Amino acid sequence: MRAVITVIGKDMVGILAKVATACAEANANVIEVTQSVLQDYFAMVMLIDITEINMDLAGLTAALEKSVPGMKIHVMHEDIFNSMHRI
Amino acid sequence: MLNTSDILETITMIADEHLDIRTVTMGISLMDCFSEDAGRSCGKIYDKIAGRAERLVAVCDAAEKKYGIPIINKRISVTPIALAVGVSGGDPVLFARALERAADTVGVNFIGGFSALVQKGFAPGDERLIDSIPEALAATERVCASVNIGSTKAGINMDAVARMGKAIVCAAELTVDRNCIGAAKLVVFCNAPEDNPFMAGAFHGPGEPDCVINVGVSGPGAVRAAVAKAPKDAGLSEIAEIIKKTAFKITRMGQLVGAEASAALGVPFGIVDLSLAPTPAIGDSVAYILEEIGLAQAGGCGTTAALALLNDAVKKGGVMASSSVGGLSGAFIPVSEDAGMIAAAESGALTLEKLEAMTSVCSVGLDMVIVPGDTAPEVISALIADEAAIGMVNSKTTAVRLIPAIGKGVGDMLEFGGLLGRGPVMRISTVDPSVFVKRGGRIPAPIQSLKN
Repeated sequence: MRAVITVIGKDMVGILAKVATACAEANANVIEVTQSVLQDYFAMVMLIDITEINMDLAGLTAALEKSVPGMKIHVMHEDIFNSMHRI
Repeated sequence: MLNTSDILETITMIADEHLDIRTVTMGISLMDCFSEDAGRSCGKIYDKIAGRAERLVAVCDAAEKKYGIPIINKRISVTPIALAVGVSGGDPVLFARALERAADTVGVNFIGGFSALVQKGFAPGDERLIDSIPEALAATERVCASVNIGSTKAGINMDAVARMGKAIVCAAELTVDRNCIGAAKLVVFCNAPEDNPFMAGAFHGPGEPDCVINVGVSGPGAVRAAVAKAPKDAGLSEIAEIIKKTAFKITRMGQLVGAEASAALGVPFGIVDLSLAPTPAIGDSVAYILEEIGLAQAGGCGTTAALALLNDAVKKGGVMASSSVGGLSGAFIPVSEDAGMIAAAESGALTLEKLEAMTSVCSVGLDMVIVPGDTAPEVISALIADEAAIGMVNSKTTAVRLIPAIGKGVGDMLEFGGLLGRGPVMRISTVDPSVFVKRGGRIPAPIQSLKN
């Protein structure tokens, strides 16, 4: 089972590190990261394995929001993207 | 790996374009709850609903968090209560109160099925249920009522049509202190679908299984945004393609959530209703899609054609995305629940006559239309007959949900708040149709009913 984390907002030092730390604390394994900074705008899409995760996705969202306050964060099961964008 | 732009598209659709699951509706058969005593039947009905739907809200909340997609309403539809009244007798309002208690216990937003199917005539219980609708809706918050007065197969039961005109006025009068909300919870149908998850017209048809999960999707904002990205000189076939693709994505999401909820509840998955259901939120409007297609304002010439294109493209895109499509499946055009429709009605661009024409090419019918409080019941009945005739002849569902704004006249506003929104009182023809309505009897089924 995998989930997608997206983090969008104003760029600052340590976003990736903090998000990755929160994932590690939730026992979610990071599989892939795509990140870009356009002007001051930070956008990251992270694919994580949630098979062994020790909290639910709502809990992980709350933990991420606490670790990088001010950023827009979405954590969603990958099935929603697979169903919407693949036949 | 998932495509980053696909991921961001989904998130934009949800976060900025109001994409959501409008409703997860559990259909529950009450066939095994009828006894000869009304009190006993009410007890069994309460127990069955409270048992079957005990986990409905929790399961929907979990799916909402897992997929990050809002599920706006959790609802229940039940077997038409007229059948219960037919067996048990007693005051039908008792049944409405039992439904309300059950809805309150399980925490759903609405419960539909205070209904009667009388397209060909009245069976025991039907007339008493219809006459009790205004009181039942005034005495409850979450109970919704519907009556099917016609079908392509049976024709139109004009005796029922006459009664419904009175019932609508009475429902508004009894709830005048709550903005006539009673009438907003009452739908009169022709060709009512038995698996519709949307309120106020949801009921669990007698042909349905014991318990089932039906899902209604939404997403006018996402469709509008997709059409807005196309150049202004893009051909209409290109626009139709864009709408189809967006409808596919929206429906797939509904299918995913419905399948998840049905598996978690151990209840069979029924249908996805492919409807574009607007909300009063700015940007979540079907009228704005029509305007994006190229009309200066909804209601002008071209509206019916643009709506026909939209409605058809939504179905074509959605039908491949779901294993089972049902319910109303089309674009909704409720006036008070759609910011663009409200604006068009206020400016005078949208008239009741144009709305009636629009209903011949989309689902559902004259929905959330506010008329002057002094409109005669016969006029409302005649309007119901007109709308039912469109449905009957075209083998489609049509419905009427009119709100007579008691004490208000043309141009005044009626505010419901929430998803029901607000709207201006619209002008309705007052030419007297009472001789026609009082004739009663049945408008015979049209020749197209003979398909066998």
